[in-house]
Amino acid sequence: MIATIGFYVFAVILLASATMVVTARNPVHSVLFLILAFFNAAALFLIAGAEFLAMILIIVYVGAVAVLFLFVVMMLDVNFAELREGIQRYAPIGLVVGLILLFELGLVLTGWHFAPSAAEIRMSPTPAALTNTAALGNVLYTRYVFLFQLAGLILLVAMIGAIVLTLRDRGAVRRQRIGRQVARQAEETLAVLNVAIGAGTDEVGFLRPLPDATPAPDHAAAETHAMPHAAEPH
Amino acid sequence: MPVGLGHYLAVSAILLVLGVFGIFLNRKNVIIILMSIELILLAVNLNLVAFSAALGDLVGQVFTMFVLTVAAAEAAIGLAIVVVYFRNRGSIEVEDVTMMKG
Repeated sequence: MIATIGFYVFAVILLASATMVVTARNPVHSVLFLILAFFNAAALFLIAGAEFLAMILIIVYVGAVAVLFLFVVMMLDVNFAELREGIQRYAPIGLVVGLILLFELGLVLTGWHFAPSAAEIRMSPTPAALTNTAALGNVLYTRYVFLFQLAGLILLVAMIGAIVLTLRDRGAVRRQRIGRQVARQAEETLAVLNVAIGAGTDEVGFLRPLPDATPAPDHAAAETHAMPHAAEPH
Repeated sequence: MPVGLGHYLAVSAILLVLGVFGIFLNRKNVIIILMSIELILLAVNLNLVAFSAALGDLVGQVFTMFVLTVAAAEAAIGLAIVVVYFRNRGSIEVEDVTMMKG
């Protein structure tokens, strides 16, 4: 009885929040309603007896996928009002297609029944003595172990693909090149030069500024020029 | 299962229709379209779990896990593509995507 009431409550909230996901004005609200929908779907899984999947749904979907959606929605600086322009144009055809689809699904739902041999052709009947998680693990890691590995491979490919897509090389960034650091020799770092005494000072002139554009004044002239400068403070 | 199978099937049918309707309604916003796809996959999962519980067969729940895996991978790749597309064009309108044709 309580399970039935809970089912209806969760189902109604699930469908209402799914409606809000597709019709909300603000995409952030859409993501939050999506999270609510996932929580209620997890509750429906629990009522059906699939505890492990309910927890997986909350951990993976609410904890990772919905947060990823939220992150992208908030990171992209999109003019969302502009994106809602064509809604009046697209709503009627969407309603028509949706109603036709719902009608057809209703036809399917009213006119089906289990085959008489459905109980005998089960692949792996639910064991009575085990919890849902243990039974699922027994099946998943034995008969479906290759599919399990394949699922891991899909996730790996998705991870690599997402990284490759979004990684960009900024040209102006100076990166650490560990190979060059390790391969550096002492000879490259320090060059000891033999310089003659006094050589090069006149040409460069970093002892004092040149008085004017006259080419290369000799030592005496430079000194007489420098004297007033030195005497000025007195 | 304390609740009949038909109730679960009805809920998941309505959820699937809502997802399809969302794709039609938000033709321009890729992020909402991705969320609608998540809703559709959630409806599929609900169907699989309901049948698994009604028949007493665990394989439905195993396949629900695989559907969850593929849906998570799809969401990650889709959002990465959206980020790259927004970086290049400055908008996420789906109708502009045809400009990517060679």
